[in-house]
Amino acid sequence: MRELKTETIISAVKKMCIEANCVIGEGVTAALEKALTTEESPQGKEILQQILENNRLAKKNMQPTCQDTGTAVIFITLGQEVHITGGDLIEAINEGVRQGYTEGYLRKSIVADPIKRKNTGDNTPATIYLDLVAGDKFQLQILPKGGGSENMSALKMLKPSEGIEGAKKFVIETVKKAGANPCPPIVVGVGIGGTFEGAALLSKKAHLRKLGARNPDPFYAKLEEELLEEINKLGIGPQGLGGRVTALAVHINQGPAHITALPVAVNINCHADRYKVVVL
Amino acid sequence: MNKDTALALRTPLTDEVLAELKIGDKVKLSGVVYTARDAAHRRLAELLNKNQIAQLPFDPQGQVIYYVGPTPAKPGQIIGSAGPTTSFRMDAYTPQLLAAGLKATIGKGARSPEVLAAMKKYRAVYLVAVGGAGALLSQCIKKAEVIAYDDLGPEAIRKLEVVDLPLTVANDIQGNDLYQEGIKKYAIA
Repeated sequence: MRELKTETIISAVKKMCIEANCVIGEGVTAALEKALTTEESPQGKEILQQILENNRLAKKNMQPTCQDTGTAVIFITLGQEVHITGGDLIEAINEGVRQGYTEGYLRKSIVADPIKRKNTGDNTPATIYLDLVAGDKFQLQILPKGGGSENMSALKMLKPSEGIEGAKKFVIETVKKAGANPCPPIVVGVGIGGTFEGAALLSKKAHLRKLGARNPDPFYAKLEEELLEEINKLGIGPQGLGGRVTALAVHINQGPAHITALPVAVNINCHADRYKVVVL
Repeated sequence: MNKDTALALRTPLTDEVLAELKIGDKVKLSGVVYTARDAAHRRLAELLNKNQIAQLPFDPQGQVIYYVGPTPAKPGQIIGSAGPTTSFRMDAYTPQLLAAGLKATIGKGARSPEVLAAMKKYRAVYLVAVGGAGALLSQCIKKAEVIAYDDLGPEAIRKLEVVDLPLTVANDIQGNDLYQEGIKKYAIA
């Protein structure tokens, strides 16, 4: 049994919240630079340059790239041979978020109640998912998820007879409807299969993948390529003002489903595609 | 931003200046702008609905609202990161603010047909900034002061003084829409 102190977890979460918001991943930067070479719209090119410049400045000043520093969505991978000491694991994650968002000068964007809408003041509670695995691994992944892109996400329970064409149609429709709002060029996370909530989670987890890495199943890898091509024909372009690069990548996660069901969820992420992983 | 071709604009905005603007024009905006998001708009709308215009935190005549909820300023900073939020959430409140004299809004993303019609009717424009460029845009903000609704935290109304804020005209007073035109131009059937 490996012991892990909650104070180690708290300080790791705090650091992750700050870094994920201030330092954009190398894969994202490479994808934006590539987009700059394929974008034909002068306006679109200018926007991409502005985004790249913004990201350089944010990193230099350790300042958030965007004022929406998101909901702290945190995925815990907990080996069953790890013993957490010093307190409650979920409270430790929330304490790390509290410290990260407060001491890192990040925006507090969480309201305690969806109708009464009073801000909790410290960006907690985090949205936490726990995967229990064999062994003694302990991994934390954070996706600070912005509201603009989250609001344009959608889920549909398709009929199995609608098949791959139905799934493609729904993904394209969702991206088209989203237009400029999710801050294109976007990253499109797609969850196909599972239950109602399972499909949504699959689509969110699609953003844990390295930008542009393909699904290991060649069938879905091909579908990702096809969808990316179709999405980039929509003409939405950077910031939705017209252009060739609407999406940087499409990531699909598939899962087993009921014989009656074909759920499809589309979780859109903005061009920042913020992510950070730590193994403790 | 191509600084050579951008038009320098200063707030408050007049009908004469706005008449010159066309969709796609680059603008460098300087002067006072007010921040407001969802929660602040709701309060502004309540006052307008009760015809209590004098009680608004600022006189909307000729003014500009920037849809932004900045991150907190670090010590020594004027303001934290401060890029545009999605404008359509404010669509329900915008026509009545335009009717009260507001001349421009700054945000990101397309507006509703009702807002487009109101902009044409009241001769106002919609200017867009690059979403997700909050660190860069914050450098154009030279002064920031909370003037109302402090309890709303990031959603409080701030009076900002901006210099050369880089924007693009997305809707002009003729009722043209850059989002529709831009997508039409690049869509592949």
